[in-house]
Amino acid sequence: MSERADVSGAPPQPPPPELEKPGGEGGGRRGRSTRRQSDARAGIALISPTLVIVVVMVVLPILWTFSMAFQRIRLLNLSTAGIFGDYTLDNFSGILNSEGFWTSLRTTLIYSVLGTAFAIGLGLAAALALRQAFRGRTFVRAAMLLPYVAPVVAATFAWTTMLNPQFGIVNYWGQRLLGWDEPIAFLSQANSDVSILGLQFSVPTALLSVIAFEAWRSFPFAFLFLTARLQAAPVVLEEAARVDGATPTQRFRYVLLPQLLPTIAVLSVLRFIWTFNSFDDIYLLTGGGAGTEVVSVRVFNALTARGDIGAAAAQALVLALILAILVSIYLRRFATQEERA
Amino acid sequence: MTTGLEQDRESATRARPTARAPSDSGWTRDAVENRVFGVLRWLIIAFLLVITLFPFYYTVLLSIRSLDGVLRDPGAIWVPPSEWVFDSYERVLASSGSGGQGFLTFMRNSAVVALGTVALTLLVGLPGAYAISRLEFFGRRQVSGLFLAVYLFPSILLAVPLFVFFTRIGLRGSLIGLLIVYVSQIVAVSIYMLRNYFDTIPVSLEEAAAIDGCGRLGIMWRISLPLAKPAIMANALFVFMIAWNEFLFALLFLVERRDRWTVSLGLSQLAGSIEIPTTVLMAGSVIVTLPIIIIFFASERLLTEGLTAGAEKG
Repeated sequence: MSERADVSGAPPQPPPPELEKPGGEGGGRRGRSTRRQSDARAGIALISPTLVIVVVMVVLPILWTFSMAFQRIRLLNLSTAGIFGDYTLDNFSGILNSEGFWTSLRTTLIYSVLGTAFAIGLGLAAALALRQAFRGRTFVRAAMLLPYVAPVVAATFAWTTMLNPQFGIVNYWGQRLLGWDEPIAFLSQANSDVSILGLQFSVPTALLSVIAFEAWRSFPFAFLFLTARLQAAPVVLEEAARVDGATPTQRFRYVLLPQLLPTIAVLSVLRFIWTFNSFDDIYLLTGGGAGTEVVSVRVFNALTARGDIGAAAAQALVLALILAILVSIYLRRFATQEERA
Repeated sequence: MTTGLEQDRESATRARPTARAPSDSGWTRDAVENRVFGVLRWLIIAFLLVITLFPFYYTVLLSIRSLDGVLRDPGAIWVPPSEWVFDSYERVLASSGSGGQGFLTFMRNSAVVALGTVALTLLVGLPGAYAISRLEFFGRRQVSGLFLAVYLFPSILLAVPLFVFFTRIGLRGSLIGLLIVYVSQIVAVSIYMLRNYFDTIPVSLEEAAAIDGCGRLGIMWRISLPLAKPAIMANALFVFMIAWNEFLFALLFLVERRDRWTVSLGLSQLAGSIEIPTTVLMAGSVIVTLPIIIIFFASERLLTEGLTAGAEKG
């Protein structure tokens, strides 16, 4: 995670400072070691409340998930189920054999890859467009962050209302200005046929809508990081390239982009992880209908609607496992590329 | 960085002939690109402003229009002040007993949970961050790594065991249970952000205090915490925003208890109902968003730093 520090523009972490010189009491070696010992004791005392909370509320529950994933537990027979029940692989075989799981895994992948790509692309465009100072730039920058800081419930509600087929403003103006024949059910239609230049395409309407929402909501995150990185990029390099006659696209391609790439790589990992697991956006926009059921929504439904805890736990674990594999492949690739460069 | 420089030089030499090519008309590649990007830049800025601001503007607009007006003219992007009505706000705030939606209760719940989360996270996280930044103790690196892992952890995976656990001990439906879950998930990020700040405070200040006879806790209380005040402020706002905006755990824990709903949960639950007019819900939406917008514009710089230092999950 050392890349993270680079991104935030924070200074490299200094080695752990040790307060051992001013050993007023006793002096010499004994004074030092007491100081160090008391520091160690104080450190453990200060960190332990956090550690207790994190272990009890995060680490143990995750371990428990493993146990539940291998048992037949339902919400109804919960009180009789213990940690040491009858272990079985039924939950996993049930998941891996169901078509619904694979479909939703595919949806999750498409959603997170495209959502991440569009969010970073939009963030990059925004960062570049706002690079040069102009009157009101501070305001524009603040406005860029709105989608990211606003409550997700309010943001999704604004979108569902705007995209509503009956009285939504997008369909209203789409029919009048863009010549749509009929209102488009952006969030409840799985597929629609679009003809461009006489060719017929089938377009996954609802999935594209939620991807657009994801890009809209998380581009400010990429924008922030890329802006911070751009501010750290030395202007001299670009000036030199300009003097040598490099055009704006060439300056971007050969001077700026190589400097931004590490940041973009880190952003891709972070956004991919979060989008892959995200639940709120899709649940609130479509409820997982119309071909947008991602795995996290399936986990939620198994848990609350069917009360099938074993299946929910197993699906969540499979999701986490796939994510871990994808991220480690990416990180390995990225690391080797760095070495070669 | 060296590779960037080399590529740079390379590209510049390659580019020279194009740009230096004699041209009377001024239509060199450089001039064309400069002109195109000069225009494109403003188009992009305008586009970004529209997409970021319009959904929120639309929310406010619908909240102050009458339902009849919206149905008669759904495409209006402006209504004169004479047609503004504020009935929606009255209806959404009034308690459900008196025919409203009870958003005042939801706001109280949200405020209790969010402020409680801020207080508890800082109470637990500040000493922890100080310890990780300054004190050499057994297992420090491992603890630090654990917190980072928690930060990247999928919350849907945690949702399953926590849901089961809280159902079993009967804390589902209580705000305290929700608060504890929030603290446990946020404290790791919070420590990460605060530690970065503590690392930038010079050790010499603390050494000076130690020479003057200050103990370790005295140093932390009198020197480090006052110096870290801006970071603590930013952190508090950041935690407040996460807790106020949170949806998944509120849904899992509180959905059956209407009197305990947070604003986010309340809005999402009522949005599905057909009986409640959209204009009223839009007023609710404004009410959910307003505290965040106020905090955000009051402290934009602090928050921007906070967001880049340790960004939100989700």
